[in-house]
Amino acid sequence: MPIQVLMPALSPTMEKGNLAKWLKKEGEAIKSGDVIAEIETDKATMEVEATDEGTLGKILIPEGTADVAVNTPIATILADGESAADLDKAPAKAEAKPEAAPAEAKSAPAPEKAAAPQALVSSAPADPEIPAGTEMVTMTIREALRDAMAEEMRRDDDVFVMGEEVAEYQGAYKVTQGLLQEFGARRVIDTPITEHGFAGVGVGAGFAGLKPIVEFMTFNFAMQAIDQIINSAAKTLYMSGGQMGCSIVFRGPNGAAARVAAQHSQDYAAWYSQVPGLKVVAPYSAADYKGLLKAAIRDPNPVIFLENEILYGHTGEVPKLEDFIVPIGKAKIARAGQHVTLIAWSNGMTYALKAADELAKEGIEAEVIDLRTIRPMDTETFVASVQKTGRAVVVEEGWQQSGVGAEVAARLMEHAFDYLDAPVARVSGKDVPMPYAANLEKLALPSVAEVVEAAKAVCYR
Amino acid sequence: MAAPKKNASTGQETKNGSSRSSGLEFTKEQELAALREMLLIRRFEEKAGQLYGMGAIGGFCHLYIGQEAIVVGMQMALKYGDQIITGYRDHGHMLATGMDANGVMAELTGRRGGYSKGKGGSMHMFSKEKHFYGGHGIVGAQVSLGTGLAFANRYRGNDNVSVAYFGDGAANQGQVYESFNMAELWKLPVIYVIENNRYAMGTSVSRSSAQQDFSKRGASFNIPGEQVDGMDVRAVKAAAEKAVKWCREGNGPYILEMQTYRYRGHSMSDPAKYRTREEVDKVRHDSDPIEQVRNRLLAANVSEQDLKKIDAEVREIVNASADFALNDPEPDVSELYTDVYR
Repeated sequence: MPIQVLMPALSPTMEKGNLAKWLKKEGEAIKSGDVIAEIETDKATMEVEATDEGTLGKILIPEGTADVAVNTPIATILADGESAADLDKAPAKAEAKPEAAPAEAKSAPAPEKAAAPQALVSSAPADPEIPAGTEMVTMTIREALRDAMAEEMRRDDDVFVMGEEVAEYQGAYKVTQGLLQEFGARRVIDTPITEHGFAGVGVGAGFAGLKPIVEFMTFNFAMQAIDQIINSAAKTLYMSGGQMGCSIVFRGPNGAAARVAAQHSQDYAAWYSQVPGLKVVAPYSAADYKGLLKAAIRDPNPVIFLENEILYGHTGEVPKLEDFIVPIGKAKIARAGQHVTLIAWSNGMTYALKAADELAKEGIEAEVIDLRTIRPMDTETFVASVQKTGRAVVVEEGWQQSGVGAEVAARLMEHAFDYLDAPVARVSGKDVPMPYAANLEKLALPSVAEVVEAAKAVCYR
Repeated sequence: MAAPKKNASTGQETKNGSSRSSGLEFTKEQELAALREMLLIRRFEEKAGQLYGMGAIGGFCHLYIGQEAIVVGMQMALKYGDQIITGYRDHGHMLATGMDANGVMAELTGRRGGYSKGKGGSMHMFSKEKHFYGGHGIVGAQVSLGTGLAFANRYRGNDNVSVAYFGDGAANQGQVYESFNMAELWKLPVIYVIENNRYAMGTSVSRSSAQQDFSKRGASFNIPGEQVDGMDVRAVKAAAEKAVKWCREGNGPYILEMQTYRYRGHSMSDPAKYRTREEVDKVRHDSDPIEQVRNRLLAANVSEQDLKKIDAEVREIVNASADFALNDPEPDVSELYTDVYR
């Protein structure tokens, strides 16, 4: 049967074009790849190549015709052995029309609202039971992180650590201390200073089924690697229809340390928390650091594990249990109260807890929620608290615009509007690059006094 | 040093150890297999171009026409379990690894039977079964990822190699050299196949590359490399075998610069004003990878009839894939929220 040549679309937005010129005449032989015509759009002149072999049977649209709609038959090609007499056999319309998508898919309803990820159902399991009499070990957060990695590496040979100075140097912040001695150079790997490259190597190893822990000396340097984290690690499971993903942890100190200025002090919680496909964890207590890092390493998805350099040397009690896992996606009530809810995570908890002490002296009992996981966010826990207190202050070291605090405030509006007795207040890092001078740096960060002041303001005190 | 030679096929300058085709004869069976594979890719791409013209394929669509000998020749030197990863001009790579034409075409049309259930499209397709790790839309990203696949092979102590394909354009990305460094440092079994088709979108190699001999791009990391006539499937296979052997034996990475040419535009909406029609026609006429094999087979007394039969079989597969891709339903709307996490 003669083959119809259709007016092609040259871009997804093209609807019509001009047939500028025919380069082949009726009756002329055509090979696949021959240019048979030129067409013009408002953007460009393009050549139409034949994809079939035969003879140009009939030109249906003469050259010089303007505004020819995409998919209009413009010519017919006769295959070997066919003649002009076969021309009327050509189908009146193109056989395969793009509109031919089955009615089933076409008429399907738009996704229901309930499917949107706003529903207030926390799917995260509760924290593990700590049996009475469990020995509590006092350790630094640095040690808690190291123990978490060591335990998971003992448990699963697919788990390995890579990053700058993680092995021989024992970690730029000594978080990986002793791992090289126990696990050897095969599993504790010093990389060159090459964040973009080694993040990609980690993700590739993850695609192949390994479970990399990629340490960034700080998350400030991960900006060099953010393409691999987002475009490769976070999106591939979706882009592959669920076939291929990666179980990988990107970890390291995030946010402000002390006197290291703008390029070493940024908080990235909000950046990563915006990306579907990533989980984002930012713990405060030593026990949570350990339990959540173990959960992150076992998680089949890419997890951004945001640590805090200031907290590395802080100590806390960690239960001595065989397998202490804190579930990702579950906030914790760190201090109970009924007058105002303070919501914080990571080092923001330092300000929140101290502020709660101050407020108590003035008769204000603050409930402090440690968010622990930024994504998926445990909306249920802080909404329940605000339904009780009617007032909320969010504390973060990061910038305010489009910050995590902005997200928390929006969720409180959506889910606890009728319970709010005052607008949600935000205490955050100031809207400036981090200054170096000690006095300015202090001003740029949140303070206990600011949290106290904000809490009193929402309590109208 | 010998004076630069011109690659007879594409007019590219060949400065060092190019694998010439002499003495690389294929058996008739190998010629026929290569012909069939290359024809499948060519006909598939022609059909994809047609469907794009009809509006059935959306977004970007980068065709592989002209470069078929590379993936087909490489594949002939690999074994099952070796990993393949490439950029966005990926349809040929997928077909060469044995991925089903229906599933690839249905992904192009965004239907549920596509390899990514319609959620990835032309540039983002994967097959765990065939060890095809994509299909990546960010230029150069696949080089680090492919190095990571090789890392996993070495970590596990198996003898698989990973093949990371990228173009002359991607060869200028920084992470390529970060990867070269780690791959040689850790002796990772990865073959970097640089498909030099002379144009990074509309920018010719001479306008974008200070060192136009891509086989030398690993020199400062001590990675061996060679230039290969990428239009001659026999030369590709011979070079691939050498590189595979090098990698499997634990010697680290290897670079193959495949000198090739793409007949079509960078993507479908490329008016191609950066080169002349005569240049395209000359490569097509003088060194088409498929015609080379056809001519050798005809000279070896295989009948035109037999070759037409192969073409007809291939066309049947491709037409069936188009039918499937146009009639398969779009993904169920419930798929919007699946596969974000597992």
